[in-house]
Amino acid sequence: MKLTKSFDKSLWVFHVNAASCNGCDIEIVAALTPRYDVERFGIKLVGTPRHADVLLVTGPVNRQMADRVRRVYEQTPGPKAVLICGNCGATSGVYYDSYCIEGPFDEFIKKVDPNAIIVYVPGCPVRPEAITFGVVQAWKALEKLRGEA
Amino acid sequence: MAEAPPYPLNIGPIHPALKEPTQFKFVIDGEHIRETDFQPGFNHRGVEYLGMKRNPLQVLHLAERVCGICSAAHQYVFCRAVEHAADIVPTERGDYLRAIVAELERIHSHLLWAGVAGHELGFDSILHYTWKVREDVQDILEILCGNRVNYAYYIFGGVRRDISKEDIAKCRKILSNYRKIEDTVLSIFFSDPTIIHRTKDVGVLTHENAVKLCACGPLTRGAGVKKDIRFDWPHGAYGDMMDDFKVVTPETMGYHATGDVFSQIVVRIGELFESVRMTEWLLDNMPSGPITSEPNLSALLMAKLRMAEGEGVARVEAPRGEDIHYVRLKKNKMEIDSWKIRVPTYGNIMSWLTMFKDQQIADIPIIIASIDPCIGCMDRVTLVRDGSQAEVDWKVLHDMSIEKSRRLMR
Repeated sequence: MKLTKSFDKSLWVFHVNAASCNGCDIEIVAALTPRYDVERFGIKLVGTPRHADVLLVTGPVNRQMADRVRRVYEQTPGPKAVLICGNCGATSGVYYDSYCIEGPFDEFIKKVDPNAIIVYVPGCPVRPEAITFGVVQAWKALEKLRGEA
Repeated sequence: MAEAPPYPLNIGPIHPALKEPTQFKFVIDGEHIRETDFQPGFNHRGVEYLGMKRNPLQVLHLAERVCGICSAAHQYVFCRAVEHAADIVPTERGDYLRAIVAELERIHSHLLWAGVAGHELGFDSILHYTWKVREDVQDILEILCGNRVNYAYYIFGGVRRDISKEDIAKCRKILSNYRKIEDTVLSIFFSDPTIIHRTKDVGVLTHENAVKLCACGPLTRGAGVKKDIRFDWPHGAYGDMMDDFKVVTPETMGYHATGDVFSQIVVRIGELFESVRMTEWLLDNMPSGPITSEPNLSALLMAKLRMAEGEGVARVEAPRGEDIHYVRLKKNKMEIDSWKIRVPTYGNIMSWLTMFKDQQIADIPIIIASIDPCIGCMDRVTLVRDGSQAEVDWKVLHDMSIEKSRRLMR
């Protein structure tokens, strides 16, 4: 598949809360609102995974959400990138030894799609600047994909 | 041929109107909601179970991650519960600094809620305005604690960071900005026709139901029940400011307590600016002295917490209502023996069932948002019996309850 140039200048993002503690979620909203305002760069939060280019995931994945998150990932049209916000998604964070955690999220999503493009944004919680930086990294990953096509 | 009404309508767990995963099941007839049911549990992370595997200092870290929005409240109440169990007395300056962060958190949480409520009404200008204003209080929190969310500020016996004179001056300057915009914010929320039309007589929680369903926080104050832990059960620095501040209800703001979404807006916006004044009062009257009664962490952990034996209960008014923690410590055991959290949303969720009655589908998002739900706080318990039965229905629970009462009577 050949990506057009316009694609990677306006990434649309779908936010999935996979049992997050809300800390990262409020920082995501903060990134969208006037002080940080990522909409300047064409980054927009959308209401359905079918419109999205990037899946923004917060929280470790618990058992209840695991199947739902997998379905959301499958509904997102390719090419897509997954942006893991916060320590929970990368390592399960403070919940690492809980009985109900299916994650870390990256391992979980690699079982669903071994070729998934994953961008990590560490922090507990992530800062809005870090989220913006993470989306830029997702851009780069998708641009690289265009070079290969 | 479609089936005859009423129709089922399923919302969640992933839905644009929900910021957190939870599931609602409505039965609708035309535009009107006839029955409501909801299923929590999508945000379950087993926090209490994890707490019982860690020592109190580690749990302090976990307690603030029960919920990212009211993280200070959970740390505050957990500290107070452990202090109760281990007989640790916080210092006076520590108490004042604790109350300052708790009030700043209330400001940020209520501004956040106001923005989300505006967004759910389809009024995104309000979302952007309130969140722009909210960044100022985030700056104060960052000056005080070093982080925007999850402050890691509280410790058993006091707080972890002191506030310098320069920082106090910076905080005062930012707080005075809030005083300047007070009239603008009040006029937006109390007289804008869109807000009035969409929120008056919508999602009514009557005084009777608020008492019967044990609701708490701004939700009950909107329904006319004067219930606020800061004033009913004064603790720490709140005991000193009883004379200067009163519980905010719609009446004190010049409105009737009707229990609809508008009353809750009135209570939350009123409380927001009351918290600004409280923070200024606390900065003015802050005593000098040490910030914590036990600065040496290993001494605190090994000598006091490890040797402590007993139970502790504490209550704190979180931005969403009453937050209760119960802690039991055993002697010579590093881990806490038992931990139970009762979060405000847990008290408030049952109000939804009466609030949704005969409302329109379009009002679902604002009614969900109106109790300021925090599913992240709430989803900590699911009942699994004998490892096989995933659901325990009402009858089984009732039988379990009777069984327990009999057991206790013996």
